[in-house]
Amino acid sequence: MLLLKDARNVEDYLAQGGFKALRKALEFEQDEIIKEVETSGLWGRGGAAFPTGLKMKFVRKERKTPKYIVANADEGEPGTFKDRVLMERNPYQILEGMIISAYAIGAKKGFFYIRYEYRDIAKDIERKIEELRRLGILGPNIYGSKFSFDIELVLGAGAYVCGEETALMESIEGKRGFPRIKPPYPAQYGLWGKPTLINNVETLANIPVVMRMGGANYSRLGKKGCSGPKLFSVSGFVKEPGVYEANLGEKTIGEIIELAGGVEGKFKGIMLGGGAAGFILNEEYLDMPLCFKDAKERGLFLGTGDIIVFNESVELWDILLNIAKFFEHESCGQCFPCRYGTKRMREIIEKIVCGEGRKEDIEKLNATARAMKIASLCPLGTSAMLAYESAMNNFREELMGVIQ
Amino acid sequence: MIITIDGKRVEVEEGKTILQVARENGIEIPALCNYIDGNPIGSCGLCVVSIKNGGREYHARACATKVAEGMEIETHTQEVEDARRTILKMLAEEHGEIGGEAKELFLKYGIKIKSDKKREAPNLLNNPFISFNPNACVSCFRCVQACSLIKENHVLVRENRGSNIGIVAGINEALKDAGCAFCGACVDACPTGALMDLTAKEEETKKITSICPYCGVGCAIDYYVSGDEIIYAKGSPNGVNKGDDCIKGRYGWQFVHSEERLKKPLIKKNGKFEEVTWDEALNYVASRLKEIKEKYGADSIAGLSSAKCTNEENYLFQKFMRIVVGTNNVDHCARLCHASTVVGLFKVFGSGAMTNSLEDLEKDAELYFVIGSNTTHAHPVIGTMIKRSVKGRGAKLIVADPRDIELAEYSDIHLRHRPGTDVALINGMMNVIISHGLEDREFIENRTEGYEKLKEIVKKYTPEYVEKITGVPKEDIIKAAVLYAAHRSAIIYAMGITQHTSGTANVASLANLALLTGNVGKRGTGVNPLRGQNNVQGAGDMGALPNVLPSYAKLGTRRAREIEKIWGGKIPDKEGLTIVEMMHAASKGVIKAMYIMGENPAVSDPDQKHVIQALKNLEFLVVQDLFMSETAQLADVILPAASSLEKEGTFTNTERRVQLLHRVLEPVGDAKPDWWIIQEIAKRMGAEWNYESPKDIFEEIRKVVPQYRGITYERIEKMGLQWPCPSMEHPGTKILHEDTFPTPNGLAKFSPYEYKPPAEEPDEEYPFVLTTGRTYEHFHTGTLTRKIDGFNELIPEAFVEIHPEDAEKLGVEEGDCIEVESRRGKIRVKAKIARIKKGVVFIPFHFAESAANVLTIDALDPEAKIPELKVAAVRLKKC
Repeated sequence: MLLLKDARNVEDYLAQGGFKALRKALEFEQDEIIKEVETSGLWGRGGAAFPTGLKMKFVRKERKTPKYIVANADEGEPGTFKDRVLMERNPYQILEGMIISAYAIGAKKGFFYIRYEYRDIAKDIERKIEELRRLGILGPNIYGSKFSFDIELVLGAGAYVCGEETALMESIEGKRGFPRIKPPYPAQYGLWGKPTLINNVETLANIPVVMRMGGANYSRLGKKGCSGPKLFSVSGFVKEPGVYEANLGEKTIGEIIELAGGVEGKFKGIMLGGGAAGFILNEEYLDMPLCFKDAKERGLFLGTGDIIVFNESVELWDILLNIAKFFEHESCGQCFPCRYGTKRMREIIEKIVCGEGRKEDIEKLNATARAMKIASLCPLGTSAMLAYESAMNNFREELMGVIQ
Repeated sequence: MIITIDGKRVEVEEGKTILQVARENGIEIPALCNYIDGNPIGSCGLCVVSIKNGGREYHARACATKVAEGMEIETHTQEVEDARRTILKMLAEEHGEIGGEAKELFLKYGIKIKSDKKREAPNLLNNPFISFNPNACVSCFRCVQACSLIKENHVLVRENRGSNIGIVAGINEALKDAGCAFCGACVDACPTGALMDLTAKEEETKKITSICPYCGVGCAIDYYVSGDEIIYAKGSPNGVNKGDDCIKGRYGWQFVHSEERLKKPLIKKNGKFEEVTWDEALNYVASRLKEIKEKYGADSIAGLSSAKCTNEENYLFQKFMRIVVGTNNVDHCARLCHASTVVGLFKVFGSGAMTNSLEDLEKDAELYFVIGSNTTHAHPVIGTMIKRSVKGRGAKLIVADPRDIELAEYSDIHLRHRPGTDVALINGMMNVIISHGLEDREFIENRTEGYEKLKEIVKKYTPEYVEKITGVPKEDIIKAAVLYAAHRSAIIYAMGITQHTSGTANVASLANLALLTGNVGKRGTGVNPLRGQNNVQGAGDMGALPNVLPSYAKLGTRRAREIEKIWGGKIPDKEGLTIVEMMHAASKGVIKAMYIMGENPAVSDPDQKHVIQALKNLEFLVVQDLFMSETAQLADVILPAASSLEKEGTFTNTERRVQLLHRVLEPVGDAKPDWWIIQEIAKRMGAEWNYESPKDIFEEIRKVVPQYRGITYERIEKMGLQWPCPSMEHPGTKILHEDTFPTPNGLAKFSPYEYKPPAEEPDEEYPFVLTTGRTYEHFHTGTLTRKIDGFNELIPEAFVEIHPEDAEKLGVEEGDCIEVESRRGKIRVKAKIARIKKGVVFIPFHFAESAANVLTIDALDPEAKIPELKVAAVRLKKC
C-alpha cells in the first residue's frame, strides 16, 4: 500500500523510507519538482480532481510574497472518512508531502486546517509537527538546506462549508467561514490575499510517492489519465465498512464493494462521490471503473471517493430528506439561491415524505435545483441537488410513485 | 479586446466586469446586491449569465466576472431568466415587506411579495437615528459592505447562517455600543428600505444641495425638503466629500427645526427679555452704540464675528467695526483654534492655510502624520479618508496623541507624548532625520533659507533627550522620523497643536519638518491644518481679525489705503484686541460694549468664570444668534439670526475652497440673515450701504481680496474653487507652494524653536494634566447639537476620560462622579475609564453645565494670542 501504511510514529515512518522523498526533493530545482508532479498525472483527491502539478505551477509563478500552503483536513462529507484514517495511520507522509510542496512553490509557512470533530487527531498532528521541528525536518534550514518552513495547525469550528477552500481561508484568517467569489483563485489571492497552494491531505500524501518513484513511473500506476493510488471510504450496508486503497481505474464500484465484504442484504443502490454532494446510482453503475475519466464520461464525479451502499430496506425519499436537512443546516447563508434553495428543498421533500407530495412540488423542486445549480456562489449550493437529480434519473419510478 | 454579448460583437476594455460592459451596451442585467463596481458581494445571484469561451460553457455572476477575449455572453437565456424568477419567488416567500429599489425588480418579473413571516429584530434597532425593518431585509449585505469597505467602520456584520442569516451590530448590540458612526452609509446602501433614516417619510421631497453647517471639511449635503421641513439629508456625491458624511452632516440639521429657535428680536427690560419689532431693536442697538462711541471713544467697543457665518457676513461685520464704529477691535473664534496656524505658517511659508487638498491627500499621500487631531471625531470625513487609505491602499500612518484616539488603532506608530511637548517631539524627529542624512538636500538648497540655524537648534534634541521630555520611547521617535522622511508624507494637525502657549512654535516646527524632507508643494504632502468651523478659513480671509484686513493685509500699509478707497472710509491704524484681551479689557471696564455675532464665549473661552464676569461688566451687549445661548442670556439685546441652511452666501472650507450655499429653507419666524442685520445697524449709524444680496457683497470682496478675484457665484454654483484664484480664467489652486513660496524672495524660511514647557505644569497640588476637545457626537459649545434629542441620547452629559490605573488609585469606577478642580474653578463630571496616557485626563468642552473651560487657563501664545486650552493642571477627587 502506498498510502494506507502503518506509520504512526516517526521511527516506523523512517524505517519505511520516510522523508527520503523530501531529501531527494531538496536536491531538485523547484521547477523540476513541479515538473515531476505534472508528469505523474496526480489529480487532487479532495473532490474537485484538479491537476495538482498545474496548481503548483500557478502558485509558483506568482510574484507576490509571502506564499502559503494549506493542508485541507476539513473532511466534512457524510460518509467520507478516508482522511481521518490516513491521518491516524500515516500522518508523516502528509506532512512530508506538505514540506515538499512548500519547497516547490517557495512557501515558508503552512497551515494544517483540520475539522473540529477531529480534535484528538489534531492534537496528535500538533505533537508530530513539534517532533519534526526537533528533528530538523521542520523549522529553519530543513536537513541543512537553505529551505526553512514551518506549519501551524488550525482547528475548525464545525462548519461543513469551511471545507470549501476559500471559506477555509477566511476561517484561518479569523473571519466567518464564508466562501469567496472565484476568481480570483487561491493561487493568486489566497490567505491574506497572498498566493496560496491548498491541497487535500490525501493529495499531499501522494507527493512523496511521486518523488520516490518519479513522475513517469507514478503515472503508470492505475489507468492512463487516471493515475495513482486512491482511498475509498466504503460504508452503509456492507459487511466490512472501512477505507480501501486501490489505484485509480483498477477496480470497479462492484469490486470495491466486494473488498468491503459485499452487500448486507439485497443491493438497491449506492451513493457515490462525496456523501451529501454525491450521486445516487443503481446497479447499472456497478461495473464502472473508479476513475475520474470514466465517471466524467457518465456525467458523474468521483468526488472524495466514497461509496455508501443501500439495501432494499432503504427509502430513497428518506435519504433525500436527510441530505436536504444536512444542506439546509450547513448552508452558510451568504447567497440567496443556496440560502433559500436548501430550505425550500427540505420543505418540499419533507412534504413528500409525509405523503403529501404533488406534481407541482416536483416542478418546484426542479426549478429550485436548476436555479441553485447555476446561481449559487460556491460548490455547496451548486451540488446540493446532485443526489436528488441523480436519484430521479436512476429511480424515477420509485420516487414518483408516492407523488399524487 | 473583442467579446460577444447577446449576439453583438463589442470592443471592450480589459478589467471590466460583464455587468459593466452590459450596462455600457444598454443591456440591463438585474443585480440586487451589486453596490460598488468591481467589489462584488455576490449574494443575490440574480446577475448570473451564460458564457461560452474556449470550448467551455458555464454560468457566472456578471458582477464578479471580468470579460476575457473571445467570451460569448448571453444575458437573458431562458435558463438564467428562470433562475432569476425562482430566486425572486423564494425571496418573496421569505420577506413580506420588501420595498425600495428592490420592489421594482419584483414588479418587472411580475412576482408578488406575499410572505407574512415576521422576523426578529436585532438589537441595533435601539438607536436614535436609523430604523430597521427585519421583514424587509433580504440580507444582501450591501450595508455590511458600505460599513466596512466604504467607511472602514466594521460595525455591521453578518450573523447566523442559512435562511436565518441577518445583520447585527457588533456582537448584536445597540448601534451606539458597537461603535456606530451614524454616517448613514448603510441606509444609502440598502436596496429594500429595511434600513432608513428615522425621520424619512413617504412624502414628495425636493433635493437642495448646500454646505454642512458644522466643521471645516465643508461637505456638500443633499437636503430633502418637503414644504418648510427637512425630511432627511445625506452627503452629496458632488462635493469634496464625494458622498461621504458623518453623524453631524447627516442628522445635525435637526436644530433648524428646534422649538428653541429665536424668532423675534428681544430687548432686556427690567431684567427680562421682551419681544420687540426689528425696527425698535435695530434703532436701539444703533443709538446705544453711537452713544457709547461718543462717550468713551470707538475703541471702547469690540465685536466678535463668527466662523459660523458666511464670508459675506464676516466681511461686512469687520467692515462695520472698522469704518462705521471705527475700531480694529474685531476678532472671532479662530483666535481660539488656529490663530497660531496663521502666524506659524506665515512665518515659514508666507501663507497661513492648508497647503494641500483632500483629493490629492486621499490619492497620493504615502504616509499621514496625524498630530493633535482626533480626526475621526472632529473631522470625520477626513478621518474616514485616512482609514480608507490605510486599509485600502496600504498608506502608512503615524499618530501623535496622548489619547488612544480611534486612528491610533490604524497606525503604524502611536506616539503618546505628554501634552505640550510637541516642539521637543518634532525637533527630535528632525534631529534623527539630519543625523541619518535623510533630509532633502536639493529642496533645502533651492527652496529654503535658514537651514543652518535649524540644524544648530535641533542638535541637542537627541532621541534620548526627547524621550525624557515627551515620555515617548526613543525607538519610536527614530522609527517615526525615518518613516516620515522615507515617504511622500502629509502632516495633518488640528487643535492639539495650536491651542498651546507654544502654538506658533508647534506649527512652525511642523512646517520646518516638512521643509526638511521636501514634503511641501507636491501632491500627497504638505502641512495641513484642519479648520474647526465651517467657515473659519473664510472668516480669517475676510479680515475678521484685529491685526489684519481682508486678504491678511496689514494695517497702516499701502494695501490698507487701497481698501479704504473701496470702502470710502478711514480704517484705524492701531491694532485691535484679541478675544481674550477683549475679555480682560471688559472686566477692567476699558471695553464698554460688545457686539457678538454667532459666538458663545461664555462657554468656549478659557477661564469661564472670568469671561462671564467680564460680559456682565459691559454697559451694553448685543448678541446675534439662533438660540438663547449662555452668552445671549447676558445680553441687553438679542437679534434672531437665520441659520446657514436658511440663507445664501459662501463658506471657505479647510482646503481653501470657496463654496456656495443654497437656501434650503426660509428663515424661521422673524429671523434674518446676519448680513441684513449688520447692514441695518450700519445704516442706522450713518453708513450709506445698499447691498441687496450676499452676491452684491461678494462682488465687493472680489475687489478687496485678490485671492478671491477670479471666483464668482456662477463659477462655484456646482463645485467650489480653491483660492488663490486671481482671475476668471484661473482654475483655482489645489496645492500651494509648488514652485515658489509667497515670501519676498520666494524661499521658505526655517523657523526653529526651542522647547518651552506649557504655562501650567502638574505639581503636587494639581497632579493631573487636563486636556480638552470635541466628541464625535457634539459640536463646540453644543448650541446646535445639544438641541437635537438623538445627539443628547448618545452623549447626554460631560465626562472625564481617565487612565484605569489613575482611576483605581482614586477609587473611582466607570460612571462615578468626579470633582475636577484647577486653580480657576471646579466642575463635577462622570468618570469614563479610557485609554489615555497616565496622568492625563480629557474633558469635552460642549457642556455648559459642567464646562471644561471653568478649569482651563487663559495663558496666551505670545505671537498668536491663542490661549492654552490643551494643558491645565488639575486635581481629581471622588465626589
